[in-house]
Amino acid sequence: MVEVDVKGLSCPIPVVKTKQAMENNPKDTITVILDSNVSRENISRLAESKKYSVKVEQISGEESKLILTPPA
Amino acid sequence: MKNIFSSRTGIIIVGAIIGIGAALLQYLGNPGNMGICVACFERDIAGALGLHRAGIVQYLRPEIMGFVLGAFAAALFAGEYKPRGGSAPLVRFFLGMFAMIGALVFLGCPWRMLLRLAGGDGNAILGILGLVFGIFIGVQFLKRGFTLGRSYTQAKATGWIMPGFMLALFLLLVFNVQFAEGGPIFSSVEGPGSKHAPIFVSIIAGLIIGTLAQRSRFCTMGAFRDAMMTKDFHLISGVGALLLFAFLANLIFGQFNAGFEGQPIAHTNHVWNFLSMTLAGLAFALAGGCPGRQLFMSGEGDLDAGVFVIGMITGAAFAHNFSLASSPKGVAAFGPIAVIIGLVFCLVIGFTMLQKAK
Repeated sequence: MVEVDVKGLSCPIPVVKTKQAMENNPKDTITVILDSNVSRENISRLAESKKYSVKVEQISGEESKLILTPPA
Repeated sequence: MKNIFSSRTGIIIVGAIIGIGAALLQYLGNPGNMGICVACFERDIAGALGLHRAGIVQYLRPEIMGFVLGAFAAALFAGEYKPRGGSAPLVRFFLGMFAMIGALVFLGCPWRMLLRLAGGDGNAILGILGLVFGIFIGVQFLKRGFTLGRSYTQAKATGWIMPGFMLALFLLLVFNVQFAEGGPIFSSVEGPGSKHAPIFVSIIAGLIIGTLAQRSRFCTMGAFRDAMMTKDFHLISGVGALLLFAFLANLIFGQFNAGFEGQPIAHTNHVWNFLSMTLAGLAFALAGGCPGRQLFMSGEGDLDAGVFVIGMITGAAFAHNFSLASSPKGVAAFGPIAVIIGLVFCLVIGFTMLQKAK
């Protein structure tokens, strides 16, 4: 399980960091902690284009967690 | 909540609306191939406030105010209004300044660059090549860990500053306020600043585009960046739609006129058309958004984007006070050196703000 914290980072840094995590750990599930809808949309789009499955979990009011599972 | 505007169809519709809207604004009075130009319009605002005294480019452009206020309203409504700031504000201020100087040497922001092409201005091709090259350089920095750092949640009221400022500007325009005889507020009687659509048309167009762009995250710089960096063609499909629909609308309104010479508010210096937009593209890429997107984010409560906008307005003042801004006659005396200084500034920022990946 790899965790990427992109809270407070603005576009496109969250996508860059998530992509790097995917490339460095191709077999691992990646958890992204974020606090903006824009990052959530962009990272979901990246993950879907790479055939990852995407699950959203609400942490608190603004923070949420994206769980990206690589294709088997 | 599913956001329909952030879908592929959504972004294409938004691009098409902006393209048609821009052609329509030109038809109703805005300057040639300048239905919307964020850089030019912020420059006109700087002039109206007397921050520069170039008499032909002074007008409080309601489109800009509409962009911020529309995005503000959309963000409030969607629960995305979130005051945040503290991510290298001074760096962003200077990136905004140099981005504006680049745009004014070219004579247009990325939006107007697209509209110029849609109106048949071949010089825009050099601008596009330059912009893409600048963004390409920015992508190299981003891939190597460039970041301006995290922003932090700020007090709710701070996010009202930019919308409040824009509302104040709008009221100054509507009530035609004069602080001294002859201005400020200045308002051009000739030249591009004197050409404008009726105020209520401009503000409504601005509000609609501001709302749609906030929901769809429309960004001209991000379009090219994402295509190059992650092969994500989402945003660029919106940019393509803008170009296509502006072109079609221009054909219908009789506003299409192909060529390089004698194009409205444009010059034919290919080298500086290219390099000035290289500077703008790089500065926008490092700051994370084109000038339009910076306005929309400032409406959402992004204080750092607000700083970038103020940097752009300041840059416009410098550009006209210091003979940096081009004119249809060509590049001005100190435009090229300012572009070079800007490029050096951006490269230094790029190289010194790399963070090693953990």
